[in-house]
Amino acid sequence: MSESKIAKLHEMLVSKEISCKELTKQYIDAIEKDNEALNAYVTATPETALETAGKVDEKIAKGENIGLLEGIPMTLKDNISTDGIKTTCCSKILEDYVPIYDATVWNILKNQNAVLLGKTNMDEFAMGSSCETSYFGGAKNPHNVNHVAGGSSGGVASAVGGNLAVYGLGSDTGGSIRQPASFCGIVGLKPTYGAVSRYGLIAYASSFDQIGPITTSVEDTAIVFDAVSQYDEKDSTSQGRKGEPVTATLKNDIKGMKIGIAREYLDGVRDDVKEAIDKAAAVYQSLGAEIVYFDLPALKYALPVYYILACAEASSNLGRYDGIRYGYKADSYFDVNDMIKKTRSNGFGDEVKKRILLGTYVLSSGYYDAYYKKAQNLRGTIVNAFQNAFNVCDVILAPTVPMTAFENGHAVSDPIETYLTDICTVPVNIAGLPGVSVPCGYNSKGMPIGMQLIGNTFGEAKILNAAWQYENAADIFKPTDFGVQL
Amino acid sequence: MKYEMVAGFETHVELATNTKIFCSCTTQFGGEPNTHCCPVCIGLPGTLPKLNKKVVEYAIKAGLATNCEIAEISKMDRKNYCYPDLPKAYQISQFDMPLCEHGYVELSNGRKIRLTRIHIEEDAGKLVHSRGNTLVDYNRGGVPLIEIVSEPDIRTIDEAREYVEKLQLIMRYIGVSDCKMQEGSMRCDVNISVRPVGSETLGTRTEIKNMNSINFIAKAMEYEFNRQVDLIESGEKVVQETLRYDDVTNTTSSMRGKEDANDYRYFRDPDLVTINVPRERVEEIKATLPELPAAKLKRYVEELGLPEADAQLLTKYRRIAEYYEEAIQGTKNPKTAANFIIGQIFRHVENEAEKEAFNINVSAENLNALIKLIDSGKIRMNLAKSTLDKMLETGKKPSELLSESDMAGLDENTLNDLCRQAVKSNPNAVNDYKNGKEKAIKSLVGFVMKNSRGKADALTAESKIKELIK
Repeated sequence: MSESKIAKLHEMLVSKEISCKELTKQYIDAIEKDNEALNAYVTATPETALETAGKVDEKIAKGENIGLLEGIPMTLKDNISTDGIKTTCCSKILEDYVPIYDATVWNILKNQNAVLLGKTNMDEFAMGSSCETSYFGGAKNPHNVNHVAGGSSGGVASAVGGNLAVYGLGSDTGGSIRQPASFCGIVGLKPTYGAVSRYGLIAYASSFDQIGPITTSVEDTAIVFDAVSQYDEKDSTSQGRKGEPVTATLKNDIKGMKIGIAREYLDGVRDDVKEAIDKAAAVYQSLGAEIVYFDLPALKYALPVYYILACAEASSNLGRYDGIRYGYKADSYFDVNDMIKKTRSNGFGDEVKKRILLGTYVLSSGYYDAYYKKAQNLRGTIVNAFQNAFNVCDVILAPTVPMTAFENGHAVSDPIETYLTDICTVPVNIAGLPGVSVPCGYNSKGMPIGMQLIGNTFGEAKILNAAWQYENAADIFKPTDFGVQL
Repeated sequence: MKYEMVAGFETHVELATNTKIFCSCTTQFGGEPNTHCCPVCIGLPGTLPKLNKKVVEYAIKAGLATNCEIAEISKMDRKNYCYPDLPKAYQISQFDMPLCEHGYVELSNGRKIRLTRIHIEEDAGKLVHSRGNTLVDYNRGGVPLIEIVSEPDIRTIDEAREYVEKLQLIMRYIGVSDCKMQEGSMRCDVNISVRPVGSETLGTRTEIKNMNSINFIAKAMEYEFNRQVDLIESGEKVVQETLRYDDVTNTTSSMRGKEDANDYRYFRDPDLVTINVPRERVEEIKATLPELPAAKLKRYVEELGLPEADAQLLTKYRRIAEYYEEAIQGTKNPKTAANFIIGQIFRHVENEAEKEAFNINVSAENLNALIKLIDSGKIRMNLAKSTLDKMLETGKKPSELLSESDMAGLDENTLNDLCRQAVKSNPNAVNDYKNGKEKAIKSLVGFVMKNSRGKADALTAESKIKELIK
């Protein structure tokens, strides 16, 4: 079964079974060996990792207490700003961009001596579901490298699933943590909007973006979430975690918990996935939870609402990449407007350009009311629909993705079908709710299937509690052969 | 046909907060280029704005001082456009829910210039052109602004001047801005159209952008008014366009036409939360407002009995008005202090900046002491005037400059003696007076004044001397 790697490694470090430097070296070597196949990392930082590891070893040698995350090798998606370390968003336009400040989440973890192994691959500016829009090529699935790791946080999922990091932080705008976690057979949490500071996360769609953990177990997700869910005065939309640490209630009994299943979530879902969800429901019943079926018709608006609003925000957020202050700049140009035009034309990939164009269009005068405004109103409708749902159940059980990981190249060849696969993940971002993806089975080809537990706002404790109980009872997790075998 | 001008103003006023609107960088004017900047105000990827509460407070003050309604709920929006001085490619501003609406500024002719709205926003950086290169200085980026938008209620250039001056005066009084037009902390865009006198419909307007002097505004409006009238009279049409004013040639020229107008794609800034303004907060802010210049002027005329011209001079700068009010505390005649300030003291503060700062050698307390000596009859006006001159030179108190005998006053007997002496020692003047030379009396009075060291009252002395030589 999937146990807490963080707790296990912490124990090993404290008992001096392994030094932090040795542990870190194992991961650095594994990245050296396996990253070629997985393409999970776009920047490796072995020197700073070993330096931090050295500090932790000194503390242990002096007999000082160390925190749970201290000395644990980890990674960050390459859209989380790291002072002095390249942060590229996997875009040509930021290929050599080195931030001069730390994102709040990294600041928190750095202060706890987290060992950063490097920055991981992603769809360009987090726009994509396969990691293949990355300027550096997509990350591969550690269960089968002919399949994608998913996206956009494909690199984190590939690294964690491929044992090239103990845990990682990704970002989720429309499913970008949960979908790759599902594809790679691991756990990924998209927290409530506002639970984790966005300061330093390079924005895609500001009212949807949230940073969250990707790990191999529910307990590790809970540990990392507790660490990073702090109020941050630098982010006006930040509120921090509400209530006690989620680890405190993680293993509570779930007898009598009402688990809701909305029929609309199962429409168009592949049979193997549906079957896995049904089995999960049965596991919950065996644990004493009650399964409640209900309708969520507002779900049919989710995809258009998401793509209109997210692209609108993106078109504004990405306006700043003009070649003037940082990042890529066109080589030759005849005036400033020409420079900006050429910089953006050459610097952005097709998927990003497509979303900027779409977003600019829906905000334009004459179209604003028909698209942006209507989508905003429908966003309200979806929020209300979820509020009503939580009157009849405690958590919602749904597939994370209607299918398993695409084969390499498939998402790019059929972009519309790929957009449609976001159907199960985007509603959570639209409504600002927390959602966690947990492995719940494998298809006939051995590719992982993920299920999603959705909670009410700031209901992380409840969904992680339900997730842990399921993980403990169903024992689904299968480690891959890549990377560090503990 | 006679034409009238129809004009409205969009006035940008930089707020005098210590820090910028969305970060803690200083708002100080000047400074080496790009030294008043941080990741937030240069819009580095991943940074987020945090609204400065002082900016909201100052904007509400400005709204209250111009008779606006203050919104209970407001928000920030993004105004998207691409220009190198705008590091995020959008300006954070307010679109459809401004903080203040429906105000007015009353002119001296009794007309009210209605204010559509006042909203808060961030300033952009500055382009610096040098040796064929264009450089960008982001020091000004993120400095808080309010934009005060008026209805097209202005009909003459005099009204335009007065409107801008009034706004300046009010903003300085309530302390939200220094409104220094030459430093760009107050800038005006003017929308202007013309129509036949008596017509109620609006003509096609043009907009003259970014003017930073009242004289330029007046000249530009005059030029543009004549240009539009000429066009119409010669059968042509005014084209809706944005103009820039050239103060060297005193002409306006086109920056862009209507069809090139930007589509700003406004939408709510998702990085900032709703601004809630509880009514109690508005009341709190209202309580901190000083007496406004219009109310002060009225009070000076009606209650203190000052001539309107004097009242205007005294209320034009808040510090002068405060100084004046302190100087007249407990004195008998408010006019005395007004005369001292407008006369002798103003000679020491000649330009606008000096008046604004009003740093003079004589404290209000010392002026007050001097006036009280006059009130109690201890010194006469001419001695007071010469003493005030010395105070302005030295910064000393009147008590340090006047001897005990100066302040002892002049008793009746001494005055009588001095008058007798004057008659006795000036026989020629006495003769002249008797022979009808009225003016000769002056030299006799002068004798008394000189020998009493200015303490005698000239009128009393004159009547006593006349009595003696009758």
